[in-house]
Amino acid sequence: MPNTKGPDQIFQRALAEQEILLPKCDDCGAFHFFPRVLCPHCHGTAISWQRASGKGRVHTTTVVRRKLERGGDYNVCMVELEEGVRMMSRVEGIAPGDVVIDMAVTAFVGEAEDAPIVLFRPAKV
Amino acid sequence: MTDQLRGKSAIVGTGHAGFGEAHGLTSFDVMAQSALAALGDAGLKLSDVDGLFCTMMEDSMPALMAAEYLGIQPRFIDGTMSGGSSFVNYLTSATMALDAGLCDVALIVYGSNQRTASGKLVTASRPPAYEAPYNPRYPISGYAMAAARHMHEYGTTREQLADVAVAARAWARHNPEAFERGPLTREDVLGARMVGDPLTVRDCCLVTDGGGAIVLVRADRARDFPKPPVYVLGSAAQSAHRQISQMKDFTVTAARESGKRAFAAAGVSPGDIQAVELYDAFTINTILFLEDLGFCAKGEGGAFVEGGRIAPDGVLPVNTNGGGLSCVHPGMYGIFTVIEAARQIRGDAPGIQLNDIDVALAHGNGGVLSSQVTAILGSQATL
Repeated sequence: MPNTKGPDQIFQRALAEQEILLPKCDDCGAFHFFPRVLCPHCHGTAISWQRASGKGRVHTTTVVRRKLERGGDYNVCMVELEEGVRMMSRVEGIAPGDVVIDMAVTAFVGEAEDAPIVLFRPAKV
Repeated sequence: MTDQLRGKSAIVGTGHAGFGEAHGLTSFDVMAQSALAALGDAGLKLSDVDGLFCTMMEDSMPALMAAEYLGIQPRFIDGTMSGGSSFVNYLTSATMALDAGLCDVALIVYGSNQRTASGKLVTASRPPAYEAPYNPRYPISGYAMAAARHMHEYGTTREQLADVAVAARAWARHNPEAFERGPLTREDVLGARMVGDPLTVRDCCLVTDGGGAIVLVRADRARDFPKPPVYVLGSAAQSAHRQISQMKDFTVTAARESGKRAFAAAGVSPGDIQAVELYDAFTINTILFLEDLGFCAKGEGGAFVEGGRIAPDGVLPVNTNGGGLSCVHPGMYGIFTVIEAARQIRGDAPGIQLNDIDVALAHGNGGVLSSQVTAILGSQATL
């Protein structure tokens, strides 16, 4: 694919190949999310990409209440990854109301409207 | 704003229009009616306005659209869009522009018909790319996650959240301008339809039509108008993020910084504030802002609001008009915090008028706890 140089494109393209990449600053060593052309912590512009471990914890969570005929309730949460960044996501495989803060979760690449997205499921104990 | 600007500008007119349901009117109609009401209150005409401060939900060039509709060609405009906090933020830019002689009569104005037009939040803002695939409901999912984290870290309860809504309603019951004036109990709030856990529909602000407007002039001529002037003693902003997913600490807002600087500029402390007008889009907001502005310690907001302590005859008068929860919430509520604070100081509050109010605080919130702006207003006696 030509011109896959932009940070958003790099992230999305990896995701399409079932891989979750996280941007990491070469200068300060910190990860950040969402992807961008500079590090929001130290403002360095040398950014590398690292495969996410996929391990995270639910930082906070809510249930979006929706009528059954429109698909029913679903989870929206913030997951803090082992790498120190947080992303909005959804924990699947359990009832939306059973997602609780501090729950250990594991990332996987799922799909929303025919596009790949990062989702989570409860970590195996 | 630094203390160089303390008391340099004054509110000499406030107005509103279209509260509740403004059938058949557009947002700009309601905006214009609000402008006329505020100018009438100040004894001024639209042709006197040479500084316009405006943003609207549905347009990306709101100040130009508003000026065109009003038939004025202002020499200074500010349409900075930081959500509902914009209108508190304009107190700073209007004071600066007035003080610098860039304009002589500043009009801050807003209007919306969101209730009769669609019944939900209308916005020209696009969903953030890294949140949109998860379908959070804007803006409630963000506030719900802040509430959930506050409950987790500090043991704040749904009952305490409910008491914020109950207190707001208790004030609104005395306010003929308020949209919701029926009785409301803690049990009503807890038993209402859950919208985004842990928030029920009664933890959420109203969806109404309505507009508001404020007229400001330089302090040196503020006593030449029909109503007692209300001075801007200090105002300060802090921008934290845009998307809720970028909020660093879900239990601490930028009100901590905006409040600190507004108090310093005004030369007062939380203990001096006699009326507190906060942007209560959701019940958690009131708790967060009371903590972050220094009315209580972090984590103690739940206990602080419990059992009528911020209701009439409580410990601290908070949202004395009924707030966004019970009085009016037309998409963005920020301007009404300033209007109610000014009216409490002038002595013509529409609902419960508190006795001898000289110093009041107005606090605007924008986005998803993204932008925080604090203003402190004072009477002639505070200069």
